[in-house]
Amino acid sequence: MNENTKARLNGLLLSAAHKIGLFLAMAVICLPGLWIVLASFRPTVEIMAKPPVWIPGDLSFDAYVAMFSGVGQGGIPVIEYFRNSLIVSVTSTAIALAIGMAGGYAFARFRFKVKSSIFLGLMLTRTVPGIALSLPLFFVYSKLGVIDTHFGLIMAYVALNVPFTIWLIDGFFRQVPKDLAEAAQIDGCTRWQAFWQVEFPLAGPGIASAGIFAFLTSWNEFALASQLTRSVNSKTLPVGLLDYTAEFTIDWRGMCALAVIMIIPALVLTFIVQKHLVSGLTSGAVKG
Amino acid sequence: MATVSLEKLVKRYGAVEVVHGIDLDVADREFIALVGPSGCGKSTTLRMIAGLEPISGGNLRIGGKIVNDLPPRSRNLAMVFQSYALYPHMTVRENMGFSLKIAGQTPEEIAPRVEEAAKTLDLTHLLDRRPSQLSGGQRQRVAMGRAIVRQPEVFLFDEPLSNLDAKLRTQMRVEIKKLHAKVQSTVIYVTHDQVEAMTLADRIVIMRDGHIEQVGTPEDVFQRPNSKFVAGFIGSPPMNLKDAEIADGHVVFSSGDRLPLPSRFRDRVTAGQRVTFGLRPDDLYPAGHGIHSGEDADVYRHDLHVILTEPLGNETLVFSDFGGAEWVGRMLNPRRLVSGEALPFCFDLSQAHLFDGETGKTLRG
Repeated sequence: MNENTKARLNGLLLSAAHKIGLFLAMAVICLPGLWIVLASFRPTVEIMAKPPVWIPGDLSFDAYVAMFSGVGQGGIPVIEYFRNSLIVSVTSTAIALAIGMAGGYAFARFRFKVKSSIFLGLMLTRTVPGIALSLPLFFVYSKLGVIDTHFGLIMAYVALNVPFTIWLIDGFFRQVPKDLAEAAQIDGCTRWQAFWQVEFPLAGPGIASAGIFAFLTSWNEFALASQLTRSVNSKTLPVGLLDYTAEFTIDWRGMCALAVIMIIPALVLTFIVQKHLVSGLTSGAVKG
Repeated sequence: MATVSLEKLVKRYGAVEVVHGIDLDVADREFIALVGPSGCGKSTTLRMIAGLEPISGGNLRIGGKIVNDLPPRSRNLAMVFQSYALYPHMTVRENMGFSLKIAGQTPEEIAPRVEEAAKTLDLTHLLDRRPSQLSGGQRQRVAMGRAIVRQPEVFLFDEPLSNLDAKLRTQMRVEIKKLHAKVQSTVIYVTHDQVEAMTLADRIVIMRDGHIEQVGTPEDVFQRPNSKFVAGFIGSPPMNLKDAEIADGHVVFSSGDRLPLPSRFRDRVTAGQRVTFGLRPDDLYPAGHGIHSGEDADVYRHDLHVILTEPLGNETLVFSDFGGAEWVGRMLNPRRLVSGEALPFCFDLSQAHLFDGETGKTLRG
């Protein structure tokens, strides 16, 4: 075997090993999700079977049918939970993005006193685990009378998301050359127009990704929501999962079915925004 | 079209003053180049004119009107940035028509003006591309196109060619000159490249440390520099500038080597005065390989040893040792030289300069 053949063979082997490695990694990441989807179609006996039953024998939509049935037939107010989740997540994301854009732009473009300390302070809030906030937040909210309201939950999620959105959006605005806004101002724009016409579209991918992160945080959050909600008026989907737990039993199949209902909007949103996430839009703006 | 006047213009960042009350009058349709080394305040001055930097003191007039506090959009000027600053999310057509769109013009009004500018700059076939699909030179032309579409009163250029390679730079220099001849507007052009300034400008403003050192035509600043700084800055390779002392009707260098004091300086210096002697490489050449501009009597001949040569094809730069320092001369119709070779050199003293040893100002009077 000459050296060229050997090198080619080595290359092929390496590329095969690379693909197998990637497949295994993806399998590890995706398996829990797939298992949830699969479990939502299987009877509880099969889900809980030991040793596990890998190949499903009995698939049905029973859990989904039951979920949307009335009380007493295994139904839960899934529509209400979904509505609550949507209202809370969309509103808190919109507010967090608005504040994040204003803050991120200010940090990226302006010089002001104690800028770095404020920035560090924002980052430090991320180090506090959400669950540690639940008790103090509960006390404050009960005094304010905003327990079991959309408003209360939205406020909590905005506070959780703002530092992160500011941090992320700041980074994206920094990548937009300052010259562009100046060129726009010379071309006749006001500062505000220069922002909306030039800087905002260019920072778009960053703002979109900050939006996804904020939305997913609010959509999936359980710890705070379980403390601050009480009834169908404000309970979100993750809290709704608890409806499947009874004193002695857990309806794993129903829970998985609800989890699938939860996952779908998040997946759809990610797919929609994904194309906006592709960065590199700024290449060619300045010398390249 | 408009005049631009800078009256005691000052720029301060906190307590630090970077532009110290400069005065400059730019005539209508004039091409002015601001040159100077990095940090001399030329870009800051341009940005003050553009309205991108607040003015800390003095007045700025465009077309006779004080515009100190007007935002950039109200000054009716266009600017070409060093980085081109093309909007990457817009096509060339949209980039060029952007200012008109912002001004509220309809697509029907915008299209012919963009087409016309594109034709002028040979960009018609690129109108539907995005900046990322263009080469450096093409981006540069789009940036100029975006500026001319507006038909502004004043064009500002901030080192527009410094990101291009040498060949393209020469080409674009010609384009800019043609463009100015065609659009006939007032141009203020910032560059650190003195060749650009010399070739393009009607007048050159040489800046240093936030002050204006000299304003004049390219011939003025080249032939009659006001100071040692200007003499050293303008010209390539730079003027030979050597410290010396006046003694006995001669310019005496540190090693004891001496040159006759050029006749036009005789009344302007006194014995013992510290001076800086300046001679351009063109005026120091091996005998028979240069052109002297004055009387034969002003040419001083002296044998020098060649240290190093830089052949450029049509001429050779010759480095040699005189007066305890290295001098560079220019040899026309060159022949091959070897290091260490002794050659009779001509010092064309009719073209020599003398600067005060203390202040660096010219002693020409």
